[in-house]
Amino acid sequence: MDFELTEFQSDLATGVRRLCEGRFALDTLRRAEGSDRVVERDGWRQLGGAGVFNLCLGEDTGGLGLGLADAALVFEELGRALVPGPLVASHLAAGLIEGADDGSVVVGLVERPSGGSGATASGGLAIPVVPVVPVVPVVIEHLADLDVLLAVSDEGVTSIEPSTLDATRMGRPMDPLTPLWSVSSLPAGTPVAGADVSARWRRDGAVLTAALQIGAAAWTTELAVEYAKERKQFGRPIGGFQAIKHLCADMVVRTEVARAAVHAAAVTVDQPDVGDALVAAAGAKLLADEAALANGRSCIQVHGGMGFTWEVPAHLAYKRARVLATQFGTDHELAQSLAQSLAQSLAQ
Amino acid sequence: MDLRYTQAEQSFRTGLRTWLADTLPALPSKPSPNDWPGRRAYDTHWQRLLFDAGYAGVDWPVEGGGRGSSPVEQLIFKEELERAHAPYVGVNFVGLLHAGPTVIAEGTPEQRQRYLPPILRGDEVWCQGFSEPDAGSDLASLRTRAVRDGDEYVVTGSKIWTSHAEVADYCELLVRTGAEDSRHRGITWLILPMDSAGVEIRPLTTIAGSAEFAELFLDGVRIPVSNRVGDENDGWRVTMVTLSFERGTAFVGDLLEAIELLSKSVALAHRTGAWSDPGVRRQAGHLKAELDALWALTKRNVSQAARTGVPGIGGTVFKLAYTETRQKLGEFSLSLLGRAGLAAHDSEGLDGLGSLPAEAMVEDWLRGISLTIAAGTSQIQRNIVGERILGLPKEPIRGL
Repeated sequence: MDFELTEFQSDLATGVRRLCEGRFALDTLRRAEGSDRVVERDGWRQLGGAGVFNLCLGEDTGGLGLGLADAALVFEELGRALVPGPLVASHLAAGLIEGADDGSVVVGLVERPSGGSGATASGGLAIPVVPVVPVVPVVIEHLADLDVLLAVSDEGVTSIEPSTLDATRMGRPMDPLTPLWSVSSLPAGTPVAGADVSARWRRDGAVLTAALQIGAAAWTTELAVEYAKERKQFGRPIGGFQAIKHLCADMVVRTEVARAAVHAAAVTVDQPDVGDALVAAAGAKLLADEAALANGRSCIQVHGGMGFTWEVPAHLAYKRARVLATQFGTDHELAQSLAQSLAQSLAQ
Repeated sequence: MDLRYTQAEQSFRTGLRTWLADTLPALPSKPSPNDWPGRRAYDTHWQRLLFDAGYAGVDWPVEGGGRGSSPVEQLIFKEELERAHAPYVGVNFVGLLHAGPTVIAEGTPEQRQRYLPPILRGDEVWCQGFSEPDAGSDLASLRTRAVRDGDEYVVTGSKIWTSHAEVADYCELLVRTGAEDSRHRGITWLILPMDSAGVEIRPLTTIAGSAEFAELFLDGVRIPVSNRVGDENDGWRVTMVTLSFERGTAFVGDLLEAIELLSKSVALAHRTGAWSDPGVRRQAGHLKAELDALWALTKRNVSQAARTGVPGIGGTVFKLAYTETRQKLGEFSLSLLGRAGLAAHDSEGLDGLGSLPAEAMVEDWLRGISLTIAAGTSQIQRNIVGERILGLPKEPIRGL
């Protein structure tokens, strides 16, 4: 047992960090704020070239043949850099939708409403791609950027031609780099995969989205600490005051606990003998969402009035965390799933 | 990242499991919590059994007489003992986890020869005399004075939170040998025989109603200079060496106990009907996520220790998170008991299904309160994270 990153894994993460710093610097990304389209095709293909989408595909199908643990480390870096776009959806679709693997095709994902029975319509421990609430329209991220939209349900996956949707652009999206559209119904689409694929996607999607969240949680911690060291009040850096220092310490604790959970969930998917991967995925997503949200909030707080300005990027991480917290299981759904697993182990 | 155990690790586990299954049924019954001589006898008997089976000091190096197990084997050792409900380390805690490792690292060959084997065999019990009434979080301000007189130190002062003092043979004692304001530069580490003249022990009753700790009063106690470990005024460094023996496994037993308590709470919630409340299920599900994550973090910290040979800062992060989760779990289980949880007494349930587990849950809740205080308060731990991990400016400290 060695739960530390291998040298290869550290190098992989470092490589993606360098790519993000060079090609997806936040100042560059921010130029697309408020646009209909935030996915820049050339950049998306570079992500593809770096293995972001084909990482887990077998080498016989043109992939890198790596595990979800490796992918989680890559997604942690993408989350840290706030890279916008349907990253998780395109990763999951690689191997199923031609061109998703190398980044030449952008794929989005949505949960198909199933008869109005609500969020846990799938029953059991399934993690919905997004919560389904009967009165809430279907909300689709990045529609204008999508070449393919996939709808997931318990039965499987169908493909929908994005241009055929009667969609309304939602004004003032919370995250200025995640444009949103709403539709009141989804066409049937073309079946492209069965129930086994949708079950796997829900689990792996939760792990990868959780990885994006811990990346952001780590980044907001650094942002807050940097500011706490520079900003002086009462003649001292504010980070010297326990009130601020302890906020920052709590950010570290949340991130590290959630990171251990996310890495363990990813490894459990790769090594099914070591535990229940679905339970691990649900727990990891729950804690990663919390860490990203609470750290985003603390980062703004440490920045004081400046944190409430549009210019300081703390709000972007906080808002992105909100978006991601609605994907692949909300806190309520995940906690209920975990409760169900507790009840099941009691019955055994 | 690999969570699978190697063949060697698995066979270590299997061997231990077999030994536990053979050994535990033959143990005498547990003494009552306030029967200190009984507790000493029980705990030291267990230590002797471990010793005879070759499991004493799994975390001690071979040259100190220990088993010299890898951090992963230490993790397996603690995991299997907890899962089998084996006795706790109990009165052997200070000897095995603090004093012994210090003597191994810093003691003279004579001191190692004299003090280490009896700890491993369960023949001798140690206690700790570090904190003082006026030196808690700020340990370096301790004032218990040791004055050199020929080949002896004459020690006067008082210590507090000294667990197992009533039954201990020796005390690892920190004393001031430097100037009054010398702080960590004027501290010396001594071995105090507890039967020395001038040692007075006053038990302290905790909010759980037990006499877990004692105050120690030292009035002109004469300690041979040969009982000094390390150099005079070098005791702070000697103490820090002790702390570095920890390999990320400090809370393994506690954590597994918490996982079991959650499972008992879920069973109780089913019995009372509270489980039909989504709010209750949500709390339980959240606690499960936290406990599973802490188990993963334990494996991360142990792996880090195995790679680097030293404990990382991960232990601090773990303690901060674990102690708060444990307290939440305590609140959760108490809330399920309702008014049956107002006494540490197992009342019969009205459903005719036997008694409710109030004693264990109330005890656990009370004990849980100490977790964010003992071994460095959570406030001090947050300073450590802020300053040592994040590099934030230190608190201004008088005298530094």
